[in-house]
Amino acid sequence: MSRPSAVWALPAVAFFAFFALLPLAVAVGLSFTKYNGIRLTTPQFVGLDNWTRMLDDAPLHRAVGVTVVLIVLAVATQVPVSLLIGVWAAGPQRMRAAVTALYFIPLLMSTAAVAVLWASLVDPNFGLPAALAPLIGPDTFFSDLLGEPAAALGLVAFIYLWGASPLHTLLYQGGARAIPETLYQAAELDGAGRVSQFFHITLPLLKHTMITSTILMVVGTFTTFDLILILTHGGPSGATSNLPYFMYDRGIAALDFGYGSAIAVVLVVIAGLVSWAMVRASGYDKMEGTQEGI
Amino acid sequence: MRTRANWPAGVLAGAWLLIILVPVYVMLRAAFESRETYADKGPLGLPTEFTLDNFRYAFEQGFGRFLANSVTVAVLTVAVVLILVPPLAFAIVRSDSRTVRQAFKVMLFGLAIPAQVVVIPVMYLIQYIGLYDTLIGIALPTAAFAIPMSTLILTGAMREIRGELYEAMAMDGSGPVRTFFRLVLPLSRGGIATVIVFTALNAWNNYLLPLVLTRSEDVRVATLGLGVFQQQYSLNIPGLMSAILMTVLPMLLIYLFARRALIRGLMGVGGK
Repeated sequence: MSRPSAVWALPAVAFFAFFALLPLAVAVGLSFTKYNGIRLTTPQFVGLDNWTRMLDDAPLHRAVGVTVVLIVLAVATQVPVSLLIGVWAAGPQRMRAAVTALYFIPLLMSTAAVAVLWASLVDPNFGLPAALAPLIGPDTFFSDLLGEPAAALGLVAFIYLWGASPLHTLLYQGGARAIPETLYQAAELDGAGRVSQFFHITLPLLKHTMITSTILMVVGTFTTFDLILILTHGGPSGATSNLPYFMYDRGIAALDFGYGSAIAVVLVVIAGLVSWAMVRASGYDKMEGTQEGI
Repeated sequence: MRTRANWPAGVLAGAWLLIILVPVYVMLRAAFESRETYADKGPLGLPTEFTLDNFRYAFEQGFGRFLANSVTVAVLTVAVVLILVPPLAFAIVRSDSRTVRQAFKVMLFGLAIPAQVVVIPVMYLIQYIGLYDTLIGIALPTAAFAIPMSTLILTGAMREIRGELYEAMAMDGSGPVRTFFRLVLPLSRGGIATVIVFTALNAWNNYLLPLVLTRSEDVRVATLGLGVFQQQYSLNIPGLMSAILMTVLPMLLIYLFARRALIRGLMGVGGK
Protein backbone atom coordinates (compact mmCIF):
# COMPACT_ATOMS: atom_id res chain seq x y z
CA MET A 1 0.00 0.00 0.00
CA SER A 2 1.38 3.41 -0.88
CA ARG A 3 -0.23 5.22 2.00
CA PRO A 4 2.23 6.63 4.56
CA SER A 5 2.02 5.47 8.15
CA ALA A 6 1.81 7.73 11.18
CA VAL A 7 5.61 7.51 11.50
CA TRP A 8 5.86 10.13 8.74
CA ALA A 9 4.22 12.68 11.02
CA LEU A 10 6.35 11.83 14.02
CA PRO A 11 9.49 14.00 13.54
CA ALA A 12 7.52 17.21 12.99
CA VAL A 13 5.08 16.47 15.80
CA ALA A 14 7.93 15.63 18.22
CA PHE A 15 9.82 18.79 17.27
CA PHE A 16 6.71 20.94 17.63
CA ALA A 17 5.95 19.34 20.98
CA PHE A 18 9.47 20.00 22.27
CA PHE A 19 9.93 23.61 21.13
CA ALA A 20 6.32 24.84 21.20
CA LEU A 21 4.15 22.71 23.51
CA LEU A 22 6.79 22.10 26.18
CA PRO A 23 7.46 25.88 26.56
CA LEU A 24 3.72 26.36 27.01
CA ALA A 25 3.79 23.82 29.84
CA VAL A 26 6.93 25.43 31.30
CA ALA A 27 5.19 28.83 31.20
CA VAL A 28 2.31 27.45 33.23
CA GLY A 29 4.80 25.94 35.70
CA LEU A 30 6.89 29.12 36.00
CA SER A 31 3.76 31.20 36.55
CA PHE A 32 3.56 29.69 40.06
CA THR A 33 7.15 30.62 40.89
CA LYS A 34 9.39 33.54 41.61
CA TYR A 35 12.32 33.37 39.19
CA ASN A 36 14.89 35.92 38.06
CA GLY A 37 15.91 34.07 34.90
CA ILE A 38 19.50 33.54 35.95
CA ARG A 39 20.56 29.95 35.36
CA LEU A 40 22.31 29.40 38.66
CA THR A 41 19.26 30.20 40.75
CA THR A 42 16.22 27.95 40.77
CA PRO A 43 12.60 29.07 40.50
CA GLN A 44 10.92 29.28 43.92
CA PHE A 45 7.36 28.07 44.29
CA VAL A 46 5.11 30.92 45.41
CA GLY A 47 1.69 29.43 44.72
CA LEU A 48 -0.88 31.76 43.25
CA ASP A 49 1.04 34.96 44.08
CA ASN A 50 1.62 35.96 40.46
CA TRP A 51 -1.97 35.26 39.54
CA THR A 52 -3.47 37.25 42.41
CA ARG A 53 -1.02 40.03 41.65
CA MET A 54 -2.37 40.23 38.11
CA LEU A 55 -5.85 40.90 39.48
CA ASP A 56 -4.91 44.24 41.02
CA ASP A 57 -2.02 45.33 38.82
CA ALA A 58 -3.43 48.56 37.35
CA PRO A 59 -0.67 48.98 34.69
CA LEU A 60 -1.43 45.44 33.46
CA HIS A 61 -5.11 46.28 33.13
CA ARG A 62 -4.12 49.38 31.26
CA ALA A 63 -1.99 47.21 28.93
CA VAL A 64 -5.06 45.07 28.21
CA GLY A 65 -6.94 48.26 27.32
CA VAL A 66 -4.11 49.50 25.11
CA THR A 67 -4.02 46.12 23.31
CA VAL A 68 -7.76 46.26 22.64
CA VAL A 69 -7.66 49.90 21.50
CA LEU A 70 -4.77 49.15 19.14
CA ILE A 71 -6.63 46.21 17.61
CA VAL A 72 -9.80 48.29 17.18
CA LEU A 73 -7.81 51.19 15.64
CA ALA A 74 -5.94 48.78 13.34
CA VAL A 75 -9.10 47.13 12.03
CA ALA A 76 -11.03 50.43 11.79
CA THR A 77 -8.29 52.09 9.71
CA GLN A 78 -6.82 49.20 7.76
CA VAL A 79 -10.05 47.61 6.52
CA PRO A 80 -11.39 50.74 4.75
CA VAL A 81 -8.01 51.80 3.35
CA SER A 82 -7.01 48.38 2.04
CA LEU A 83 -10.51 47.57 0.81
CA LEU A 84 -10.87 50.79 -1.19
CA ILE A 85 -7.30 50.85 -2.50
CA GLY A 86 -7.36 47.11 -3.21
CA VAL A 87 -10.58 47.31 -5.22
CA TRP A 88 -9.23 50.36 -7.05
CA ALA A 89 -5.95 48.58 -7.82
CA ALA A 90 -7.82 45.55 -9.16
CA GLY A 91 -9.09 47.64 -12.10
CA PRO A 92 -7.82 46.65 -15.54
CA GLN A 93 -5.97 49.93 -16.23
CA ARG A 94 -2.24 49.43 -16.73
CA MET A 95 -1.38 52.52 -14.67
CA ARG A 96 -3.04 50.96 -11.63
CA ALA A 97 -0.81 47.90 -11.81
CA ALA A 98 2.29 50.12 -11.84
CA VAL A 99 1.04 52.10 -8.83
CA THR A 100 0.33 48.84 -6.97
CA ALA A 101 4.02 47.95 -7.21
CA LEU A 102 4.77 51.21 -5.35
CA TYR A 103 2.17 50.45 -2.66
CA PHE A 104 4.12 47.27 -2.04
CA ILE A 105 7.30 49.04 -0.85
CA PRO A 106 6.61 48.99 2.95
CA LEU A 107 6.29 45.19 2.77
CA LEU A 108 9.98 44.96 1.93
CA MET A 109 10.82 46.42 5.34
CA SER A 110 10.87 44.50 8.59
CA THR A 111 8.76 45.96 11.42
CA ALA A 112 12.00 47.01 13.09
CA ALA A 113 13.00 48.93 9.95
CA VAL A 114 9.58 50.59 9.73
CA ALA A 115 9.80 51.56 13.40
CA VAL A 116 13.32 53.02 13.07
CA LEU A 117 12.35 54.96 9.92
CA TRP A 118 9.26 56.47 11.55
CA ALA A 119 11.06 57.18 14.80
CA SER A 120 13.36 59.54 12.92
CA LEU A 121 10.49 60.96 10.82
CA VAL A 122 8.51 62.04 13.88
CA ASP A 123 11.52 63.29 15.85
CA PRO A 124 10.52 66.79 17.01
CA ASN A 125 13.95 68.30 16.30
CA PHE A 126 15.28 66.48 13.27
CA GLY A 127 12.19 64.96 11.64
CA LEU A 128 9.16 66.14 9.74
CA PRO A 129 7.68 68.33 12.54
CA ALA A 130 10.79 70.55 12.43
CA ALA A 131 10.84 70.58 8.62
CA LEU A 132 7.17 71.52 8.44
CA ALA A 133 7.34 74.12 11.23
CA PRO A 134 7.72 77.06 8.78
CA LEU A 135 4.47 75.97 7.12
CA ILE A 136 2.28 74.94 10.04
CA GLY A 137 3.87 76.87 12.89
CA PRO A 138 6.37 75.72 15.51
CA ASP A 139 4.17 74.47 18.34
CA THR A 140 1.38 72.43 16.86
CA PHE A 141 -0.19 69.11 17.64
CA PHE A 142 2.42 67.50 15.38
CA SER A 143 5.52 68.81 17.10
CA ASP A 144 5.56 66.26 19.91
CA LEU A 145 3.41 63.31 18.93
CA LEU A 146 5.25 60.90 21.19
CA GLY A 147 4.78 63.12 24.24
CA GLU A 148 0.97 63.00 24.29
CA PRO A 149 -0.64 59.70 25.37
CA ALA A 150 -3.53 59.73 22.87
CA ALA A 151 -1.35 61.05 20.04
CA ALA A 152 1.33 58.42 20.68
CA LEU A 153 -1.24 55.62 20.55
CA GLY A 154 -2.73 57.06 17.38
CA LEU A 155 0.74 57.31 15.88
CA VAL A 156 1.48 53.65 16.64
CA ALA A 157 -1.79 52.69 14.91
CA PHE A 158 -0.97 54.94 11.95
CA ILE A 159 2.52 53.48 11.49
CA TYR A 160 1.04 50.03 11.75
CA LEU A 161 -1.42 51.05 9.02
CA TRP A 162 1.49 52.32 6.91
CA GLY A 163 3.48 49.12 7.28
CA ALA A 164 0.75 46.49 7.15
CA SER A 165 -2.02 47.83 4.91
CA PRO A 166 -0.09 47.11 1.65
CA LEU A 167 -0.39 43.40 2.46
CA HIS A 168 -4.14 43.68 2.98
CA THR A 169 -4.44 45.83 -0.13
CA LEU A 170 -2.89 42.94 -2.06
CA LEU A 171 -5.37 40.50 -0.49
CA TYR A 172 -8.34 42.67 -1.48
CA GLN A 173 -6.89 43.25 -4.94
CA GLY A 174 -6.64 39.49 -5.46
CA GLY A 175 -10.17 38.99 -4.13
CA ALA A 176 -11.63 41.74 -6.31
CA ARG A 177 -9.89 40.40 -9.43
CA ALA A 178 -11.52 37.02 -8.89
CA ILE A 179 -15.02 38.54 -9.19
CA PRO A 180 -16.43 37.65 -12.63
CA GLU A 181 -16.70 40.68 -14.92
CA THR A 182 -20.09 39.44 -16.17
CA LEU A 183 -21.68 40.29 -12.82
CA TYR A 184 -20.77 43.95 -13.34
CA GLN A 185 -21.96 43.87 -16.94
CA ALA A 186 -25.31 42.49 -15.82
CA ALA A 187 -25.56 45.15 -13.10
CA GLU A 188 -24.75 47.83 -15.65
CA LEU A 189 -27.56 46.62 -17.89
CA ASP A 190 -29.88 46.83 -14.90
CA GLY A 191 -28.81 50.45 -14.52
CA ALA A 192 -26.86 50.00 -11.28
CA GLY A 193 -24.37 52.81 -10.67
CA ARG A 194 -20.80 52.41 -9.47
CA VAL A 195 -21.62 52.86 -5.78
CA SER A 196 -24.51 50.43 -5.98
CA GLN A 197 -22.27 47.88 -7.76
CA PHE A 198 -19.69 48.22 -5.01
CA PHE A 199 -22.19 47.54 -2.24
CA HIS A 200 -24.20 44.85 -4.03
CA ILE A 201 -21.50 42.91 -5.89
CA THR A 202 -17.96 43.75 -4.75
CA LEU A 203 -18.50 43.90 -1.00
CA PRO A 204 -20.60 40.70 -0.59
CA LEU A 205 -18.21 38.73 -2.80
CA LEU A 206 -15.20 39.92 -0.78
CA LYS A 207 -16.60 38.41 2.43
CA HIS A 208 -14.02 35.61 2.59
CA THR A 209 -11.17 37.98 1.80
CA MET A 210 -12.40 40.23 4.57
CA ILE A 211 -12.47 37.37 7.10
CA THR A 212 -8.94 36.23 6.24
CA SER A 213 -7.53 39.75 6.16
CA THR A 214 -9.18 40.79 9.42
CA ILE A 215 -7.91 37.68 11.20
CA LEU A 216 -4.37 38.47 10.01
CA MET A 217 -4.79 42.07 11.25
CA VAL A 218 -6.04 41.04 14.67
CA VAL A 219 -3.29 38.46 15.17
CA GLY A 220 -0.62 40.85 13.90
CA THR A 221 -1.74 43.77 16.07
CA PHE A 222 -2.24 41.57 19.11
CA THR A 223 1.42 40.55 19.03
CA THR A 224 2.96 43.90 17.99
CA PHE A 225 6.10 44.29 20.00
CA ASP A 226 9.10 45.65 18.11
CA LEU A 227 7.27 48.75 16.84
CA ILE A 228 6.42 49.73 20.42
CA LEU A 229 9.83 48.87 21.85
CA ILE A 230 11.67 50.93 19.23
CA LEU A 231 9.26 53.85 18.84
CA THR A 232 7.81 54.57 22.27
CA HIS A 233 9.15 52.13 24.90
CA GLY A 234 5.52 51.84 25.94
CA GLY A 235 5.40 55.54 26.82
CA PRO A 236 4.46 58.20 27.55
CA SER A 237 3.77 56.69 30.98
CA GLY A 238 2.40 53.39 29.71
CA ALA A 239 0.04 54.89 27.14
CA THR A 240 1.31 52.60 24.35
CA SER A 241 2.32 49.59 26.45
CA ASN A 242 0.35 46.66 25.03
CA LEU A 243 0.40 43.13 26.49
CA PRO A 244 3.47 41.76 24.66
CA TYR A 245 5.47 44.89 25.49
CA PHE A 246 4.23 44.84 29.08
CA MET A 247 5.29 41.21 29.38
CA TYR A 248 8.74 42.08 28.09
CA ASP A 249 9.11 45.18 30.23
CA ARG A 250 7.87 43.74 33.51
CA GLY A 251 8.76 40.09 33.04
CA ILE A 252 12.01 39.97 31.09
CA ALA A 253 13.69 43.37 31.38
CA ALA A 254 12.83 43.57 35.09
CA LEU A 255 13.96 39.94 35.63
CA ASP A 256 10.59 38.89 37.03
CA PHE A 257 10.15 35.75 34.96
CA GLY A 258 7.49 34.16 37.13
CA TYR A 259 5.16 37.11 36.69
CA GLY A 260 6.09 37.38 33.02
CA SER A 261 5.14 33.72 32.57
CA ALA A 262 1.74 34.31 34.14
CA ILE A 263 1.15 37.11 31.61
CA ALA A 264 2.42 34.80 28.84
CA VAL A 265 -0.15 32.15 29.83
CA VAL A 266 -2.91 34.75 29.54
CA LEU A 267 -1.58 35.79 26.11
CA VAL A 268 -1.47 32.17 24.95
CA VAL A 269 -5.05 31.55 26.08
CA ILE A 270 -6.23 34.64 24.18
CA ALA A 271 -4.17 33.67 21.10
CA GLY A 272 -5.57 30.14 21.30
CA LEU A 273 -9.11 31.54 21.30
CA VAL A 274 -8.22 33.69 18.29
CA SER A 275 -6.85 30.57 16.56
CA TRP A 276 -10.01 28.69 17.34
CA ALA A 277 -12.17 31.49 15.97
CA MET A 278 -9.94 31.65 12.91
CA VAL A 279 -10.14 27.91 12.30
CA ARG A 280 -13.89 28.01 12.67
CA ALA A 281 -14.38 31.10 10.48
CA SER A 282 -12.11 29.90 7.70
CA GLY A 283 -12.94 26.19 7.72
CA TYR A 284 -9.26 25.21 8.10
CA ASP A 285 -10.33 22.34 10.36
CA LYS A 286 -12.03 20.75 7.39
CA MET A 287 -8.47 20.66 6.13
CA GLU A 288 -8.98 22.45 2.89
CA GLY A 289 -6.26 24.52 1.26
CA THR A 290 -5.69 28.03 2.57
CA GLN A 291 -6.64 29.24 -0.89
CA GLU A 292 -10.23 28.48 0.07
CA GLY A 293 -10.26 31.35 2.52
CA ILE A 294 -9.35 33.97 -0.03
CA MET B 1 -15.39 47.04 -19.43
CA ARG B 2 -15.45 49.45 -16.52
CA THR B 3 -12.86 51.87 -17.78
CA ARG B 4 -14.62 55.17 -17.17
CA ALA B 5 -12.43 57.44 -15.09
CA ASN B 6 -13.27 57.23 -11.39
CA TRP B 7 -12.09 60.55 -9.99
CA PRO B 8 -12.86 60.20 -6.25
CA ALA B 9 -11.14 56.79 -6.15
CA GLY B 10 -8.18 58.15 -8.10
CA VAL B 11 -7.75 61.05 -5.67
CA LEU B 12 -7.93 58.71 -2.68
CA ALA B 13 -5.44 56.30 -4.26
CA GLY B 14 -3.12 59.19 -5.07
CA ALA B 15 -3.28 60.59 -1.54
CA TRP B 16 -2.49 57.17 -0.08
CA LEU B 17 0.37 56.76 -2.55
CA LEU B 18 1.82 60.03 -1.27
CA ILE B 19 1.62 58.81 2.33
CA ILE B 20 3.45 55.62 1.34
CA LEU B 21 6.09 57.36 -0.76
CA VAL B 22 7.09 60.41 1.33
CA PRO B 23 8.83 58.34 4.05
CA VAL B 24 10.44 56.17 1.38
CA TYR B 25 11.71 59.28 -0.39
CA VAL B 26 13.09 60.76 2.84
CA MET B 27 14.89 57.49 3.53
CA LEU B 28 16.38 57.16 0.05
CA ARG B 29 17.58 60.76 -0.11
CA ALA B 30 19.07 60.81 3.38
CA ALA B 31 20.89 57.50 2.89
CA PHE B 32 22.95 58.95 0.04
CA GLU B 33 23.93 62.31 1.51
CA SER B 34 26.37 63.46 4.17
CA ARG B 35 25.32 64.19 7.72
CA GLU B 36 26.20 67.86 7.23
CA THR B 37 23.91 68.21 4.23
CA TYR B 38 21.10 66.43 6.04
CA ALA B 39 21.50 68.61 9.12
CA ASP B 40 21.32 71.64 6.81
CA LYS B 41 18.28 70.67 4.82
CA GLY B 42 16.28 68.41 7.09
CA PRO B 43 14.20 65.47 5.87
CA LEU B 44 12.50 67.21 2.93
CA GLY B 45 13.91 68.91 -0.16
CA LEU B 46 15.49 67.78 -3.39
CA PRO B 47 18.59 65.56 -3.54
CA THR B 48 21.80 67.54 -4.07
CA GLU B 49 24.62 65.08 -3.51
CA PHE B 50 25.50 61.43 -3.76
CA THR B 51 27.82 59.60 -1.37
CA LEU B 52 28.20 56.03 -0.20
CA ASP B 53 29.87 57.08 3.09
CA ASN B 54 26.82 56.15 5.16
CA PHE B 55 26.86 52.60 3.85
CA ARG B 56 30.58 52.36 4.67
CA TYR B 57 29.76 53.64 8.16
CA ALA B 58 26.91 51.14 8.65
CA PHE B 59 29.28 48.41 7.54
CA GLU B 60 31.85 49.55 10.10
CA GLN B 61 29.14 49.37 12.76
CA GLY B 62 28.84 45.66 11.95
CA PHE B 63 25.86 45.63 9.60
CA GLY B 64 27.55 43.22 7.21
CA ARG B 65 27.86 40.78 10.07
CA PHE B 66 24.31 41.36 11.32
CA LEU B 67 22.91 40.74 7.84
CA ALA B 68 24.92 37.54 7.49
CA ASN B 69 23.58 36.42 10.88
CA SER B 70 19.99 37.12 9.81
CA VAL B 71 20.52 35.16 6.60
CA THR B 72 22.01 32.27 8.60
CA VAL B 73 19.05 32.19 10.98
CA ALA B 74 16.62 32.31 8.05
CA VAL B 75 18.43 29.50 6.21
CA LEU B 76 18.59 27.29 9.33
CA THR B 77 14.92 27.90 10.09
CA VAL B 78 13.88 27.11 6.53
CA ALA B 79 16.05 23.96 6.52
CA VAL B 80 14.41 22.62 9.70
CA VAL B 81 10.92 23.35 8.39
CA LEU B 82 11.67 21.78 5.00
CA ILE B 83 12.97 18.58 6.61
CA LEU B 84 10.02 18.23 8.99
CA VAL B 85 6.90 19.61 7.34
CA PRO B 86 6.63 17.86 3.92
CA PRO B 87 6.50 14.34 5.47
CA LEU B 88 3.96 15.58 8.03
CA ALA B 89 1.78 17.17 5.35
CA PHE B 90 2.04 13.98 3.26
CA ALA B 91 0.90 11.92 6.24
CA ILE B 92 -2.01 14.29 6.94
CA VAL B 93 -3.21 14.19 3.35
CA ARG B 94 -2.71 10.49 2.62
CA SER B 95 -2.55 8.54 5.88
CA ASP B 96 -5.45 6.45 7.17
CA SER B 97 -4.29 7.01 10.72
CA ARG B 98 -6.77 8.85 12.89
CA THR B 99 -3.98 9.89 15.27
CA VAL B 100 -2.37 11.94 12.51
CA ARG B 101 -5.57 13.86 11.87
CA GLN B 102 -6.03 14.53 15.57
CA ALA B 103 -2.41 15.73 15.85
CA PHE B 104 -3.06 18.13 12.99
CA LYS B 105 -6.13 19.58 14.69
CA VAL B 106 -4.16 20.13 17.90
CA MET B 107 -1.43 21.82 15.90
CA LEU B 108 -3.92 24.22 14.28
CA PHE B 109 -4.40 25.83 17.67
CA GLY B 110 -0.82 26.98 17.38
CA LEU B 111 -1.67 29.08 14.30
CA ALA B 112 -2.16 32.37 16.09
CA ILE B 113 0.42 31.77 18.81
CA PRO B 114 3.66 33.40 17.80
CA ALA B 115 6.96 32.36 19.38
CA GLN B 116 7.25 35.80 21.00
CA VAL B 117 4.43 35.08 23.41
CA VAL B 118 6.22 32.15 25.05
CA VAL B 119 9.64 33.75 24.89
CA ILE B 120 10.29 33.30 28.63
CA PRO B 121 9.96 29.50 28.76
CA VAL B 122 11.69 29.25 25.35
CA MET B 123 14.61 31.14 26.85
CA TYR B 124 14.57 28.78 29.83
CA LEU B 125 14.57 25.77 27.49
CA ILE B 126 17.27 27.13 25.19
CA GLN B 127 19.51 27.91 28.15
CA TYR B 128 18.86 24.43 29.49
CA ILE B 129 19.98 22.68 26.30
CA GLY B 130 23.01 24.95 26.02
CA LEU B 131 22.03 26.90 22.91
CA TYR B 132 21.77 30.34 24.54
CA ASP B 133 23.55 33.06 22.55
CA THR B 134 23.77 30.98 19.35
CA LEU B 135 22.13 31.42 15.95
CA ILE B 136 20.74 27.87 15.96
CA GLY B 137 19.13 28.69 19.31
CA ILE B 138 17.10 31.41 17.56
CA ALA B 139 16.32 29.22 14.55
CA LEU B 140 14.89 26.15 16.36
CA PRO B 141 11.98 27.81 18.21
CA THR B 142 11.30 30.04 15.18
CA ALA B 143 11.00 26.90 13.05
CA ALA B 144 8.74 25.19 15.60
CA PHE B 145 6.26 28.06 15.58
CA ALA B 146 6.31 28.21 11.77
CA ILE B 147 5.23 24.55 11.56
CA PRO B 148 1.42 25.00 11.91
CA MET B 149 1.08 27.58 9.12
CA SER B 150 3.60 25.76 6.90
CA THR B 151 1.67 22.52 7.37
CA LEU B 152 -1.56 24.25 6.44
CA ILE B 153 0.02 25.69 3.28
CA LEU B 154 1.56 22.37 2.23
CA THR B 155 -1.49 20.20 2.92
CA GLY B 156 -3.40 22.65 0.73
CA ALA B 157 -0.89 22.15 -2.07
CA MET B 158 -0.81 18.37 -1.68
CA ARG B 159 -4.59 18.11 -1.76
CA GLU B 160 -4.45 19.42 -5.31
CA ILE B 161 -2.67 16.24 -6.44
CA ARG B 162 -5.28 14.01 -8.07
CA GLY B 163 -6.10 10.59 -6.60
CA GLU B 164 -5.48 8.78 -9.93
CA LEU B 165 -1.83 9.79 -9.78
CA TYR B 166 -1.47 8.06 -6.40
CA GLU B 167 -3.25 5.01 -7.76
CA ALA B 168 -0.92 4.91 -10.76
CA MET B 169 2.09 5.02 -8.43
CA ALA B 170 0.60 2.22 -6.31
CA MET B 171 -0.02 0.11 -9.44
CA ASP B 172 3.67 0.50 -10.30
CA GLY B 173 4.38 -1.01 -6.89
CA SER B 174 5.78 2.18 -5.36
CA GLY B 175 5.88 2.41 -1.58
CA PRO B 176 5.27 5.64 0.34
CA VAL B 177 8.92 6.74 0.13
CA ARG B 178 9.03 6.53 -3.65
CA THR B 179 5.57 8.15 -3.97
CA PHE B 180 6.73 10.98 -1.73
CA PHE B 181 9.91 11.77 -3.66
CA ARG B 182 8.67 11.04 -7.19
CA LEU B 183 5.13 12.36 -7.05
CA VAL B 184 4.29 14.46 -4.00
CA LEU B 185 7.38 16.66 -3.72
CA PRO B 186 7.63 17.57 -7.42
CA LEU B 187 3.92 18.37 -7.64
CA SER B 188 3.86 20.57 -4.54
CA ARG B 189 6.73 22.87 -5.60
CA GLY B 190 4.48 25.95 -5.48
CA GLY B 191 3.45 25.21 -1.90
CA ILE B 192 7.03 24.52 -0.91
CA ALA B 193 8.13 27.86 -2.37
CA THR B 194 5.42 29.60 -0.34
CA VAL B 195 6.53 27.78 2.82
CA ILE B 196 10.17 28.76 2.23
CA VAL B 197 9.30 32.43 1.85
CA PHE B 198 6.81 32.47 4.75
CA THR B 199 9.32 30.82 7.10
CA ALA B 200 12.26 32.93 5.95
CA LEU B 201 10.23 36.13 6.45
CA ASN B 202 9.23 35.05 9.94
CA ALA B 203 12.86 34.42 10.82
CA TRP B 204 14.00 37.63 9.13
CA ASN B 205 11.49 39.87 10.94
CA ASN B 206 11.99 38.32 14.35
CA TYR B 207 12.89 40.80 17.07
CA LEU B 208 11.92 39.62 20.54
CA LEU B 209 13.34 36.09 20.23
CA PRO B 210 16.87 37.18 19.21
CA LEU B 211 16.67 40.02 21.73
CA VAL B 212 16.06 37.59 24.57
CA LEU B 213 17.99 34.55 23.30
CA THR B 214 21.27 36.27 22.42
CA ARG B 215 23.63 38.72 24.06
CA SER B 216 26.86 38.95 22.04
CA GLU B 217 27.43 41.28 19.12
CA ASP B 218 28.81 38.30 17.16
CA VAL B 219 25.38 36.74 16.90
CA ARG B 220 23.34 39.95 16.61
CA VAL B 221 20.77 39.83 13.79
CA ALA B 222 19.87 42.73 11.48
CA THR B 223 16.59 43.73 13.15
CA LEU B 224 18.33 43.97 16.53
CA GLY B 225 21.22 45.79 14.86
CA LEU B 226 18.76 48.47 13.68
CA GLY B 227 17.31 48.82 17.17
CA VAL B 228 20.73 49.17 18.77
CA PHE B 229 21.91 51.59 16.07
CA GLN B 230 18.84 53.75 16.67
CA GLN B 231 19.44 53.83 20.42
CA GLN B 232 23.10 54.72 20.13
CA TYR B 233 23.23 57.02 17.12
CA SER B 234 19.70 58.37 16.77
CA LEU B 235 21.13 61.68 15.56
CA ASN B 236 22.96 60.09 12.63
CA ILE B 237 19.87 59.86 10.46
CA PRO B 238 21.69 59.31 7.12
CA GLY B 239 23.59 56.41 8.76
CA LEU B 240 20.35 54.94 10.10
CA MET B 241 18.62 55.24 6.74
CA SER B 242 21.44 53.49 4.92
CA ALA B 243 21.36 50.71 7.53
CA ILE B 244 17.62 50.29 6.91
CA LEU B 245 18.24 50.15 3.16
CA MET B 246 20.82 47.43 3.67
CA THR B 247 18.24 45.32 5.52
CA VAL B 248 15.74 45.92 2.70
CA LEU B 249 18.13 44.70 -0.01
CA PRO B 250 17.66 40.91 0.52
CA MET B 251 13.87 41.37 0.49
CA LEU B 252 14.12 43.41 -2.69
CA LEU B 253 16.06 40.58 -4.34
CA ILE B 254 13.37 38.04 -3.35
CA TYR B 255 10.74 40.47 -4.64
CA LEU B 256 12.47 40.81 -8.02
CA PHE B 257 13.11 37.10 -8.53
CA ALA B 258 10.22 35.40 -6.75
CA ARG B 259 7.41 37.93 -6.57
CA ARG B 260 4.54 35.45 -6.48
CA ALA B 261 6.14 33.30 -3.80
CA LEU B 262 6.93 36.42 -1.77
CA ILE B 263 3.35 37.68 -1.84
CA ARG B 264 1.94 34.27 -0.96
CA GLY B 265 4.56 33.82 1.73
CA LEU B 266 3.68 37.19 3.26
CA MET B 267 0.06 36.21 3.44
CA GLY B 268 0.81 32.64 4.42
CA VAL B 269 -1.75 31.47 1.90
CA GLY B 270 -1.97 29.74 -1.41
CA GLY B 271 0.01 26.76 -2.48
CA LYS B 272 -1.17 25.70 -5.91
